[in-house]
Amino acid sequence: MSDHSDIPSARSRGMLACTRCGAVWPIAAEGTDCDRCGHTLHSRDTKSLQKVWAWWIAGVMAYIPANLEPMLKTRTLVMESESTIVEGAFDLIHHGDIPVALIILIASVGIPVAKFGAIAYLAFSVNRQAKLSAHGRQHLYELVEYIGRWSMIDVFVVAILSALVQLNAAAQISPGPAALTFALSVIFTMLSAQSFDSRMIWDTDPAPNDPTKKDPHLERH
Amino acid sequence: MSHSQQSGYIVCPHCDALYVQHTPEFGERAVCTRCRTVLIAPRRNAFIRILALSVTNLILVIAALFLPFLQISRAGFHNETSVMDAVLAFSDGPLFVLSLAVGALIVLVPMMRMLLTLYVLGPMVAGRAPARGAAKAFRLFEALKPWSMAEIFVLGCGVALVKVAALAQVHLGSAFWMMGVLVIVVLLQDNMMCRWSVWNALEKRS
Repeated sequence: MSDHSDIPSARSRGMLACTRCGAVWPIAAEGTDCDRCGHTLHSRDTKSLQKVWAWWIAGVMAYIPANLEPMLKTRTLVMESESTIVEGAFDLIHHGDIPVALIILIASVGIPVAKFGAIAYLAFSVNRQAKLSAHGRQHLYELVEYIGRWSMIDVFVVAILSALVQLNAAAQISPGPAALTFALSVIFTMLSAQSFDSRMIWDTDPAPNDPTKKDPHLERH
Repeated sequence: MSHSQQSGYIVCPHCDALYVQHTPEFGERAVCTRCRTVLIAPRRNAFIRILALSVTNLILVIAALFLPFLQISRAGFHNETSVMDAVLAFSDGPLFVLSLAVGALIVLVPMMRMLLTLYVLGPMVAGRAPARGAAKAFRLFEALKPWSMAEIFVLGCGVALVKVAALAQVHLGSAFWMMGVLVIVVLLQDNMMCRWSVWNALEKRS
């Protein structure tokens, strides 16, 4: 893939764009509110990395108790049990529901851990020589933003089960404290990813030499 | 002091690449050549279609809220639950904040986004000037997008179904299918929505 170093950035041409509505302003408008939509204008969000790390740390801190404390408390006539996220998935494997167990394991363990790693990598690689190309990192960022929300599925499952399985003596399910800490962890991680200013990924690319501006590429679909 | 907008340019929101603006025809898309982000994707009659889907959506959410979506039975005991019951599952005890969060993510935020589209696009489809505060409303609509999780909730129902199957007999209620349709409607709507076209229309008609 070419590095498209011939495409100028808005910043190098003395302009900046509103990240919410896309209106283009002279760079002197930095820090003022966008006249079209009211969003605060920044050519680069310089506090971005601080916010990313702050939410990231909050997310990791909430994720630890989310895995140690019980997520579900099940009570039937013959037994009473509490299970954490991982124990719940292993119960499913014992029942032979391997696909569902995999969904749970991927959504509540695999994705959160991979997300922490990916966000940390993206934040670290700003202002440094990164192994992954700018394209690769942009894709990684979009993936994190897109997939992050899906971790919430486990919290919804707990909510559904707790509302549904209320059969007096026969069977009862109630939520454990991990439901709250897990939900918080997902929310904090989403905020961390949203705080990241992806334009910084591209700033490490070589500065443009050619002043000609190109038309956006048109394609049919 | 105020700055004047630099017309004739478009900037990629993800990588800050600057282009001379070139408005595509219906069905075409302007794509950032550097990071492949879709910049403009106008669709014919998009606004009125989005509006129709919003109304569909609202009806589905409100109906699905109170109709039963899962029913279970075991050893002579029966129970059925609606979306509302799932929201209130954490309502007693220290986990009640979670009830608020779940309610917001699966009911309140999706409903609010639908109402916001009606507010922003309604007057424009009717050929009038945008309603007061339409820009703010659309900005909120965009900001709320990642927090609208109805589709995740539907998949959660599927997982819960399998988990409960070992414990009791489960039946799907009418609301389950409504939520399923809702997911498809939301996807169609997001696909139809071109941010640039809406801002452009808001600016031209105000």
